[in-house]
Amino acid sequence: MPPDFISNVYVFIVAGFCGVELIKRVSPLLHTPLMSLTNALDAIVVVAAIIIAGRHETALTTVLGAIAIAASFSNMVGGFFITDRMLRMFKTGKAKQ
Amino acid sequence: MTIAGVQQYLDFAYVAAVILFILSLKWLSSPMTARWGVLAGEIGSAIAVAATLFNPEIVQYKWIIIMLIIGAGVGIPLGLVKMTAVPQRTALSHAFGAASAAMIGIAEYYVGVPHVTRFQMGEIGLEVIIGSLTFTGSLIAAGKLQEILPQRPIVYRGQNIVSLAVLGLAVLLAILMVVNPAQAWLFPIMVLVALAFGVLLVTPIGGADMPTVISLLNSYAGFSAALLGFVLNSKVLVVAGALDGSSGFILSVIMCKAMNRSFTNVLFGAFGQVTTSAAAAKEERPVRSASPEDAAGILEVARKVVIVPGYGMAVAQAQHKVRELYDALIKRGVDVQFAIHPVAGRMPGHMNVLLAEADVPYDHLKEMDEINGDFPQTDVALVIGANDVTNPAAKIDKSSPIFGMPVLDVEKAHTTMVIKRSMNPGFAGIDNPLYYMENTLMLFGDAKAFVTNIVKQLSSQN
Repeated sequence: MPPDFISNVYVFIVAGFCGVELIKRVSPLLHTPLMSLTNALDAIVVVAAIIIAGRHETALTTVLGAIAIAASFSNMVGGFFITDRMLRMFKTGKAKQ
Repeated sequence: MTIAGVQQYLDFAYVAAVILFILSLKWLSSPMTARWGVLAGEIGSAIAVAATLFNPEIVQYKWIIIMLIIGAGVGIPLGLVKMTAVPQRTALSHAFGAASAAMIGIAEYYVGVPHVTRFQMGEIGLEVIIGSLTFTGSLIAAGKLQEILPQRPIVYRGQNIVSLAVLGLAVLLAILMVVNPAQAWLFPIMVLVALAFGVLLVTPIGGADMPTVISLLNSYAGFSAALLGFVLNSKVLVVAGALDGSSGFILSVIMCKAMNRSFTNVLFGAFGQVTTSAAAAKEERPVRSASPEDAAGILEVARKVVIVPGYGMAVAQAQHKVRELYDALIKRGVDVQFAIHPVAGRMPGHMNVLLAEADVPYDHLKEMDEINGDFPQTDVALVIGANDVTNPAAKIDKSSPIFGMPVLDVEKAHTTMVIKRSMNPGFAGIDNPLYYMENTLMLFGDAKAFVTNIVKQLSSQN
């Protein structure tokens, strides 16, 4: 077992619990933006794709990494963009007057 | 600077990104601070991406830059879609996220082979299987939501056995690879089998179950990213994946509770096929129907109106007309609230977003538990394109397939009006006794056209 495995397990467990506690507090009103926001945050896999493509080891891994960059970066850009668009639409009765 | 020195700075950047991600979700808890949440997420992601570009392992930038530009070029239009298309956009983004996690896992295997250890192989195998099945499963879900594929469940005899056998085969291949990670020829077969399982998993699921399925796929996409973090020993991926995964998981639990069903029942239950025969056996019963004039007359004298929107409102694109109705009633001093069932529509929160887009103030959008006690004091409950979530059989009829599902108590209002195309039950084929009740009026027609007519009546009587 690699030595980092256990420290990653710790990180996963703490982040998972943290996520559960944070997300339980999100109003059901915002469940759609919640999904698009977490999607955009998840698109951070783009950093791994950048490294794989940039290491330029074999043609196959470079191509896979390059496609992964486009797929995840489009989630990052599109996800934040649409979340903000949705959230801008939520207004109270008072704010409208 | 040494390579190790640069790495240290990169780690600081990733820690900053993780802090911002957690703040991002924290601020999303309320509509007042939610936009700060988006900003925090954007800054965190920007820091992480910018820092990564300084990683000394990178020897070639050309493709990185080109693909980032292409990614932005695809992402911006996907961020500009209409609000009615948000469920399919979300499913598509789960597909993209899972695909990139799977592709990176695959690349990592080929970088390492033949020096991949058994432990790494186990991690990569699990990661690639989950990523691949989430990719095709999400594509099928997006196809169903976009109505390229039929929304009704597609089922055949022995389906669950076939699906589980395919999943079993993928796992078996992964185990064989763990036994000897150097058998590179098995790897593409494992990926293909996992891709096939994703198709088999989602094809039998009907449109009404989409809120649960989309949440489950969300959670799989997140967990595949977290697993990728384990493979690459990247803590920022572990954290982001765990946050996304737990978010999808919580939403799935909420959706399942709101339908009184279990995960296995949603995934392997193939809702609808059993119940069609039962519904067909029912005899014709009388219903009372009303015209837009009648409906407007009743709404006009009401003091409290609760509108119950469902997927039918989204299909008819009636949300803006519903807002006009809301305005017309508010102007007459009527108290108007919206009752939102957790599984109304095709994804969690779908109705809230549509109504917010139409400028309905969000303080008038009430959750089921918050509004159910109000129905006995409500003069008119107006159901627009919702069906199962208003079905009183869920409370009393033990033989109903939705028995036990929490529903909106619309029948307790003095008058219940239901806008519906016809008496034809939906694909789930579940009969709704609400339609035959004495205080129920059926308003037959297209949701948008009918609401438009009611609004016209209300304004002409001014």
